[in-house]
Amino acid sequence: MSADAATHDDHTPSMWDWRRWVLSTNHKDIGTMYLVFAIFAGIIGGGLSGLIRWELMEPGLQVFTGEDTGWGALFGNAHNYNVVTTMHALIMIFFMVMPAMIGGFGNWFVPLMIGAPDMAFPRMNNISFWLLPASFALALMSMFVPGAGADLGFGGGWVLYPPLSTSGHNGPAMDLLILSLHIAGISSILGAINFITTIFNMRAPGMTIHKMPLFVWSVLVTVFLLLLSLPVLAGALTMLLTDRNFGTAFFDPAGGGDPVMYQHLFWFFGHPEVYILILPGFGIISHIVSTFSRKPIFGYLGMAYAMVAIGFIGFLVWAHHMYTVGMPVDLKAYFVAATMVIAVPTGIKIFSWIATMWGGSMEFRTPMMWAIGFIFLFTVGGVTGVVLANAGVDQALHDTYYVVAHFHYVLSLGAVFAIFAGWYYWFEKIFGVKYNSFLARAQFFFFFIGANVIFFPQHFLGLQGMPRRYVDYPDNFEFWNSVSSWGYVIMLVGMVLFFAVLVDAIVRRRKGEANPWGEGATTLEWTLSSPPPFHQFSELPKIK
Amino acid sequence: MPDLYGEAMRFLTALALTWTTFAATAFATPGQPTDGALGFQPAVTPIMEDIVSFHNILLVIITVITLFVMGLLVWVMIRYNRKANPTPSKNSHNTLLEVVWTALPVLILIGIAIPSFPLLYLQDELPPEIDFTLKATGNQWNWSYEYPDHEVAEYFSNMIEDEDLQPGQLRNLSVDYPLVVPVNATVRLQVTATDVIHNWAMPAFGTKMDAIPGRINEAWFEVTEEGVYYGQCSELCGLRHAFMPIEVHAVPQDVFDAWIAAKAEDEYSEAADAIIAEYTAARETRLAQLD
Repeated sequence: MSADAATHDDHTPSMWDWRRWVLSTNHKDIGTMYLVFAIFAGIIGGGLSGLIRWELMEPGLQVFTGEDTGWGALFGNAHNYNVVTTMHALIMIFFMVMPAMIGGFGNWFVPLMIGAPDMAFPRMNNISFWLLPASFALALMSMFVPGAGADLGFGGGWVLYPPLSTSGHNGPAMDLLILSLHIAGISSILGAINFITTIFNMRAPGMTIHKMPLFVWSVLVTVFLLLLSLPVLAGALTMLLTDRNFGTAFFDPAGGGDPVMYQHLFWFFGHPEVYILILPGFGIISHIVSTFSRKPIFGYLGMAYAMVAIGFIGFLVWAHHMYTVGMPVDLKAYFVAATMVIAVPTGIKIFSWIATMWGGSMEFRTPMMWAIGFIFLFTVGGVTGVVLANAGVDQALHDTYYVVAHFHYVLSLGAVFAIFAGWYYWFEKIFGVKYNSFLARAQFFFFFIGANVIFFPQHFLGLQGMPRRYVDYPDNFEFWNSVSSWGYVIMLVGMVLFFAVLVDAIVRRRKGEANPWGEGATTLEWTLSSPPPFHQFSELPKIK
Repeated sequence: MPDLYGEAMRFLTALALTWTTFAATAFATPGQPTDGALGFQPAVTPIMEDIVSFHNILLVIITVITLFVMGLLVWVMIRYNRKANPTPSKNSHNTLLEVVWTALPVLILIGIAIPSFPLLYLQDELPPEIDFTLKATGNQWNWSYEYPDHEVAEYFSNMIEDEDLQPGQLRNLSVDYPLVVPVNATVRLQVTATDVIHNWAMPAFGTKMDAIPGRINEAWFEVTEEGVYYGQCSELCGLRHAFMPIEVHAVPQDVFDAWIAAKAEDEYSEAADAIIAEYTAARETRLAQLD
């Protein structure tokens, strides 16, 4: 098959031709643009979290002082701290993790893995991508226009709860943010339609649905979640917009509305959204574990349907984010039970990964290190999720740093580790050059240690009762906060190493192999050259 | 630039002190956080006692599971690496194993659910005998309180600013007009808000209830130990979200009766403050003598 691809007349346009990128209909180019976009957004989102950890390093106000002297003039006051936490979340979710996993790796490898020449709707793929910079620009602009009174930006948290997001923020910042999320939502829905059509209709002959690589399965489940949940967010956002600007009262009790109604709508989207962030990671990890153990995935069908189950149940558990709003106790009991059920398919995945390694011949190449790190850290985040699922205990932990620790273990250490695992797994395939694995491994160790030092102590802070989204805390929360901030410094070193890997790869340009990983790498992308030809599979591969 | 050397030294000193702090959790002052502590604040209500004991069970379960997964990972890394096991096996199915790792978590979850639901219903269902009702209203950015059964008019409770702190008061936690409740009384708490959503949270009580405009939420607590307890707003409410703490004094019934009588006359009564101050001073002296 690689011979077919190599002999194909390859008319790759120049890298410096702007039309190649702006007018691109090529899934690989669009995937690359998504990855570059995600890195760019990740720098901003990660920088914002640096401001958070800097402020929380000591009790009192250091960064967001609101004074006209020193740093305060630059960063503003406690409202701007809230803006920073809000934008950190939104940027990391909508402009870093989702573009990297679905837009980047999804675009690149779903067509390659199913043996398709491109996505089903290449032009729609283009608009899916180019809506994102527009959306991101609106989000960034919102930080610099009035939000609450004279204070700039929207500081009501990424959940955008009214009345804080309606009467609580009278300025245009919130409107810009609503439009930004609308556009990001359209981008994702178009992408979801594209992936569903591609996966259902463009698989190579012989690739039945039960022979699809698990990454394709994971993207399929993910885009169904997007397609079904984003319209609900769009509806809720539109109601916020009309409440703010046109006198409706969907969420205003004074007009017969209900602020809690918004929370139900938001989390009906929001809970599937967190699975959207992690599911493609599950797919990536499966391939890496299988490749470097030189073994087929253990329990393939169980793995695939565990993801389907997680996606399905993910729609039935939304109100476990709202245990303290005063829901009827029987309703809470239902959400406790439904939420705990999710631990079962998640457990199947963890154990199947370990069973894949069991009896294998493991090689600890860079992607494998990230993957093993992922499995362990995701387990830690998973078990604290079981704790929080119990409404009785959540009463003590809700809206504390315990929750922050939990979701950063599954996202910052779960999703992000999966992204880096995928990045180093496919780097050579995507860019056609090798990376320096010493630097990449060093990055892993700094990330692994740094992320744990940041987030593990936050469990203790949460148990002691420290609330989330606090610009300043009572003096007795200082110790673990300062430990956490030092962890950020460690992780920052890892981030510098990430860019060192990039620079090293660009400068040295060591030519990549078609398959650097050997016999364990069995999916179709490894049958092509690195980078793959501009158009691949002009003759469709046959799957036995 | 922050003083990095100073920071590092302070960090190392703190690290060295941590291990003593671990032990010091036993000496934690109830009602407020302890620096470097690892677990919950000491429980002073039946609900919080149940939360703590349920969490202790959960903590054992999740620790065992995490160590088990970690152990498996370490084992496969040692036993099944390329050196130790050059030829991989080709097995990819084991029905029995798959059934076990599906069924076993189900059993563990059922085991967790058995104590979980009674705790949930205990928190949510008010006891039949309520001594009195207390109403808390969240505002941007303070709390206001009413004792409707004692005809105390609404009074506002603001955080003490840093520059006004008196000895013994806690930064970001102490307020000017605190709540006072009798020990061992069953209090019905009603929570609402006037502008945006707030949350009335008191870690030592295990109480956390959203204050939502247009709604009245109910919770209950029964403080079993005298003392001063601090909590903080736990739903993002804007600029001064971090600066609208909650302070509750749990006092003997007679002190409460005197206090509430003074409050009924005047909701910002200085006499009422004096009663609490006098009682607190006497109690501190008593506690000091005990030590």
